[in-house]
Amino acid sequence: MILLWGSNARETHPIFFHHVLKGIRNGGKLFVIDPRRTSSAQWADTWLGPDVGGDISLANAMAREIIHSGLANEKFIQHATSGFDAYRAGVEKYTLERAERETGVPAEVIRQTAHAYARAERAQICWTLGITEHHNAVDNVLALINLGLLTGHVGRYGSGLNPLRGQNNVQGGGDMGAIPDRLPGFQHVENAELRAKFERAYGARLDPKRGWHLSAMFEAMKRGELTALYVLGENPIDSEADRHRAVKLMSGLEFLVVQDLFYTKTAELAHVILPGSAGWCETEGTVTSSERRVQRVRAAVPLPEGARDDMEIIYELARRFGRDWGKPDAETIWNELRSLSPMHAGMSYKRLEELGGIQWPCYDESHPGEMYLHSRLWREPLVGPRAPFSVVEFEPPVDELSDEYPIRLTTGRHLDSYNTGEQSRRFPSPLRREATLDLSPEDGKRYHVSEGEPVRVSSRRGSVLAPVRFDPGLRPGLAFLCVHFHEQVSTNDLTIDAVDPKSGTSEFKATAIRIEKCAEH
Amino acid sequence: MSEQAQAPSPLTPIPPAPAPEIPPGVARRQFEIIIDGNRVAVAEGATILEAAKKLRIETPTLCFLETLTPVNVCRVCVVELEGSRALVPACSRKVEAGMVIHTDSERVRLSRRVVLEFLASSVEVRTAPQLQEYMKRYAARREKFGPRAATVAQPEKIDNELYVRDYSKCILCYKCVEACGVDAQNTFAISVAGRGFHAHIATEFEIPLTDSACVYCGNCIGVCPTGALMGKTEYDMRKAGTWDESRQTHTETICPYCGVGCELTVDAQAGQIVKVSSPLDHSVTQGNLCIKGRFGWQFTQPKT
Repeated sequence: MILLWGSNARETHPIFFHHVLKGIRNGGKLFVIDPRRTSSAQWADTWLGPDVGGDISLANAMAREIIHSGLANEKFIQHATSGFDAYRAGVEKYTLERAERETGVPAEVIRQTAHAYARAERAQICWTLGITEHHNAVDNVLALINLGLLTGHVGRYGSGLNPLRGQNNVQGGGDMGAIPDRLPGFQHVENAELRAKFERAYGARLDPKRGWHLSAMFEAMKRGELTALYVLGENPIDSEADRHRAVKLMSGLEFLVVQDLFYTKTAELAHVILPGSAGWCETEGTVTSSERRVQRVRAAVPLPEGARDDMEIIYELARRFGRDWGKPDAETIWNELRSLSPMHAGMSYKRLEELGGIQWPCYDESHPGEMYLHSRLWREPLVGPRAPFSVVEFEPPVDELSDEYPIRLTTGRHLDSYNTGEQSRRFPSPLRREATLDLSPEDGKRYHVSEGEPVRVSSRRGSVLAPVRFDPGLRPGLAFLCVHFHEQVSTNDLTIDAVDPKSGTSEFKATAIRIEKCAEH
Repeated sequence: MSEQAQAPSPLTPIPPAPAPEIPPGVARRQFEIIIDGNRVAVAEGATILEAAKKLRIETPTLCFLETLTPVNVCRVCVVELEGSRALVPACSRKVEAGMVIHTDSERVRLSRRVVLEFLASSVEVRTAPQLQEYMKRYAARREKFGPRAATVAQPEKIDNELYVRDYSKCILCYKCVEACGVDAQNTFAISVAGRGFHAHIATEFEIPLTDSACVYCGNCIGVCPTGALMGKTEYDMRKAGTWDESRQTHTETICPYCGVGCELTVDAQAGQIVKVSSPLDHSVTQGNLCIKGRFGWQFTQPKT
């Protein structure tokens, strides 16, 4: 059984979805939880369409139902988890009826989903940004982890909790320490012993305190504490929620360096632009996929004139700061990483080539890598710490619906496009269509707008013009805008920068809007 | 509360545990058969083709692909099975204990030759190297049925910027239909329409591709054995006479888009990407890609 929660993998992870389809053809059941009846939902045995932001209410009600029906995996809970009593008490108020009120999903459907999940021999929960682009993103994820712990659908072959990564190396970026509190290999920067290991190897002192994530950086810009920024391969002017604020803060920086392939909107603000390389086809190295598989990327074509390998840019910068790092190639840098990150230690380039990639952790050169994580929770006796339940409460989206802003806008991707569109707009896709405000046909009638008609879309922060398109997969009161065509429809003029304090993710998925017929048309 | 206190601290690394096990597959019976006088044992459920491969006997195939369900339409893999009136297709016939098979008898050679001659007399095979090689091996002559033999010659269908359909090169192997359908993409944009000699690959009601359900994953191109389906870049370069496989490099790398980790084979010529595909034996893709992976590489090309 697969619970696809807040993900339209059919369009955003098409080859992953091929494997889901194989599962369906082999008799597996697919449940899709998404406010939109997406092309993924069309393959589901059951589609649950909660109101945007209803996920915790839904998950907690499933948990309560599982507990009350005697379907909780008590043996596993006792063996490998902590905090169950508090969790049980916490979900007790989430009756099926309450969840129906808070999410709009019929109580009976929630009950059936809970039973199917708990009774399945193997079950996975897979999620994407529908879970994480909320002001309470971490709580949403914890609510799903709770379900895995409650039923023992974690750490076993075929069962698990699976965030589908949206970029080819977003996993690798985190693994390499590009997160505020970790050194490479998820080693905590505030652990003195671990930090000392890196300081010895690097021959340099490391800041003992965690850094800022992206949203915290914007806060620091606002306070005037962050005045210089070096942006590598990111286009925050087009990708940040509440665009007006992002432009204002980044324009106020004393010094902005942008390293990119393209002259992006962010690059337009830069004092210095460093033309970088397309990692996947112009340089050597590795990327790490959604299933923790480290795989080699290789140069297939030469760098364009004037561009440099990203690694070279960095060690040449170091040289100008007075540090001679030599001219290490990708494999040398990788081997340094292996000497410092135990979970990568066994992944020599030779083995990565032979095995076609290895899934971390891989502790030594005889280690096969791990197809799935957390099997330790089933070991007798338990290896390592218990996995904690977390009590999380339903909170509606920050941007509340009102008479003035009665429609819930959510955002997402198209099959043939990608993020701010810098990469994907440059190939002639026959599927490409401009950004549209997708509405249910019922809302079209209600607001007297027809397909193709430009309307003014306003939120509490800004307004844009967008042509209307009817999508029968939307219900009345729910609208959708893609994130790819900022030149044409600047979606982030509308979105809210309400940020999850734990992850720093903005609530892209829930904006309150109104639409007006457009006099200027 | 004491239970809560045992929750892991992010400061402390979780100790390594033994690597998890992957449950073994079902154990299968071994069957012994004789192929061209040699004994070979294979697992129940294996095909004659797989058994022959074990003996390093090369069997020609056109409609067969490891990643697709056999459809038995091309008949070029037929072998002689003792006790069977008709020749049997090696690609789909499962082994049974005690089978005695001949893969290179005169009857088999004749049958393969005639199949190839039928195909080559009616279909343009210029961009089908495999088929040409088989023709040489079986001394098949494309002119055998004379100049008036019926052909499927027809104009190319060029209705989008990503790929071209040239059905005068189509041998109706069904691979594209299978890749578009249940074996991979599950989009069902194309199927076989018409009967007999008029059978052909078509969208519903022959509508243009751009009006069909096609999502331009190009997984049909990935399995086409004759070049009937071809990326627009390759098509244009062939037409201009600049497509030169001897000058092309093939590099394995990873797709630059989502996090699934699809392996790509990037073909480049003169420093430019000219084609992207995926290896059939890659565990993630099984040769399949989406529109972004197969066609979304132009952002790296220098502007000309």
